[in-house]
Amino acid sequence: MRGTTLYDKLVDSHTVRSLSEDGRQLLLYVDRTVLNEYTSPQAFTGLRQAARPVWRPQAALGTVDHVNPTASRRTTAMPDPGAARQTEYFAENCAHFGIELFDVMHKLQGIEHVVMPELGLVLPGTVIAAGDSHTTTYGAFGALGFGIGTSDIEHYLATQTLIYKRLKPMRVSVDGDLAAGVTAKDLVMALIRMIGADGATGYALEFAGSTIAQLSIEGRMTICNMAVECGARGALIAPDETVLEYLASRPRAPKGGLWSRAVDSWQSLRSDPDAVFGREVAMAAALIEPMVTWGTSPDQAAPINDLVPDPGQESDQGRRRDMERALSYMGLTPGTRLTDITIQRAFIGSCTNARIEDLRSAAAVARGRRVAAGVRAMVVPGSSSVRRQAEAEGLDRVFLDAGFEWRQPGCSMCLAMNDDVLHPGERCASSTNRNFEGRQGAAGRTHLMSPAMVAAAAINGHLTDPRSRAGV
Amino acid sequence: MEQFGIVEGIAAPMPAANVDTDVIMPKQFLKGIDRSGLGDGTFHGLRFGPNGEERAEFVLNRPEWRTASFLVVGPNFGCGSSREHAVWGLRQLGIRALLGTSFAGIFFDNCARNGLLALTLDHDAVRSLTDLASDPATAKLTVDLPRQSITAVNGKRFAFDIEPARKEALELGLDGVATTLRFRDDILAFERDYLEQSPWLM
Ligand code: SF4
Repeated sequence: MRGTTLYDKLVDSHTVRSLSEDGRQLLLYVDRTVLNEYTSPQAFTGLRQAARPVWRPQAALGTVDHVNPTASRRTTAMPDPGAARQTEYFAENCAHFGIELFDVMHKLQGIEHVVMPELGLVLPGTVIAAGDSHTTTYGAFGALGFGIGTSDIEHYLATQTLIYKRLKPMRVSVDGDLAAGVTAKDLVMALIRMIGADGATGYALEFAGSTIAQLSIEGRMTICNMAVECGARGALIAPDETVLEYLASRPRAPKGGLWSRAVDSWQSLRSDPDAVFGREVAMAAALIEPMVTWGTSPDQAAPINDLVPDPGQESDQGRRRDMERALSYMGLTPGTRLTDITIQRAFIGSCTNARIEDLRSAAAVARGRRVAAGVRAMVVPGSSSVRRQAEAEGLDRVFLDAGFEWRQPGCSMCLAMNDDVLHPGERCASSTNRNFEGRQGAAGRTHLMSPAMVAAAAINGHLTDPRSRAGV
Repeated sequence: MEQFGIVEGIAAPMPAANVDTDVIMPKQFLKGIDRSGLGDGTFHGLRFGPNGEERAEFVLNRPEWRTASFLVVGPNFGCGSSREHAVWGLRQLGIRALLGTSFAGIFFDNCARNGLLALTLDHDAVRSLTDLASDPATAKLTVDLPRQSITAVNGKRFAFDIEPARKEALELGLDGVATTLRFRDDILAFERDYLEQSPWLM
């Protein structure tokens, strides 16, 4: 018999029963969820209408993150009436169903995918489904995380399971050393560019290879987070020493005898050597350069020293039309040097890149320098804990002295559901994950890149190669 | 959930790739706590200009396709955010089925939970359907879920595949939670064993 992939091991260990003859459709037991205020209300209403309880309230955590303001002084006030209604209903539901809630005043509040790992709530070998597509982040721990819609949140809350269709396993092997100034963000952006925005649709990714093994947990989270931008509904990295070290000190991770038992059981969480993947992709780390997007889909990206591409060179008619549309939305002319693109806004934040390491890398660029005239630059830490840690290290001073705003945690301008938005036509260097039309504000223009590159762009007023003298 | 049987209606072509859920349902329509009022939000930036005026060039604003029941879509339709509001909005706009080569995973599941039939067809079929939908004279289609076929007015037929479980749920308009709770004892038994073996997850 052939070996089993890590993905299939996780699905097998969580299968309650098969729901189809070929076994691909199954009832999947889910260990845990995290809820936010904007994708959960209708799920709770559904439970209330059917008078159903939550199956395992202790396996859910609520955190307000998507709609709250991030102004530097925290208050309970939600200036937007819709946001106020959502946060009130969220609090009411969490209280009613016995679910722990981090509201905006809570000292652990933050973006769901930043809060869960830092508490030690993401453990190897678990399945975590949540009402947000970037739940794939948890693959950094060898946990199968994936996003679900509101109906499935209701299904999970009522049954602790989901109706699940098994994906095909795909392996991305990355070997060698990343060059100085090249980060995990660049790696995953290069992958998305290579395989396309639907390159992993229908697949669960496994990242492997020496480059991945050398990455910190935070870098791994960045990669697994953005795997959904190439269509993957699950992205895994086999847990290793780095994971154990990260988890050992986390407040909600198992302790003592339970910890040892857990660690023992995690040893088998790797793909067998003879496991076969539905698709294999290989990347050489040394060839990866700092990346930036020029279009309105995450795969419309290029190395920073390239030019804005010319749709005229594209032979596929559909792709050419999409490129033309993207360039017209972005207000860019083919042949322009990417480093000549000037910006008005800079945003460091989101569950992709607002952890402590990300803030350190951006602060290293900003230290002792000033944001360019005419640029408004914001730093929004991923969580209250990250914010406190950064302040303990003096990073807030570095940012403030350089002219960045130092704000309170939340999703903020990653999706601009609060008052942090781009004005029409404004161009933003952003450490987030989506450059969709209107994502950061109607008619706003987003360029995705690593947090250090955002800092460099803020300081120079234009997109910048972080390896150049102007960059560091 | 509304049942899906045989539905006849107009198909509108929407061939762009990677139409994401931010475009299908922009953030300003996500502020509710129920499912209401989302029809107005659907494709808002494509349908309306900055001052609320209709964009004449957008396909669903054209008189021939205003009442479309089907969209023939480009690859990776529904990518991006998990927001189910995108599917609720499409349904409220009167869309019953989406015909395309590929759909993003979360969006695809959200469709199944709301009686919106998302059909994955091969490239040639989608190209033909796009051509048919682009001409008002041939844009009328019949989507027959029980027989798993799409028929155009010119008699052209396209067969499609669908997993039996999803087909049954759509045909009967099943409530997913109630269906799963039939397996309550299986879940309880599984959970007992599972938590016994991994007590650190208690
Ligand atoms: S930071 Fe952005 S991607 Fe992450 S959970 Fe918030 S809105 Fe979603």
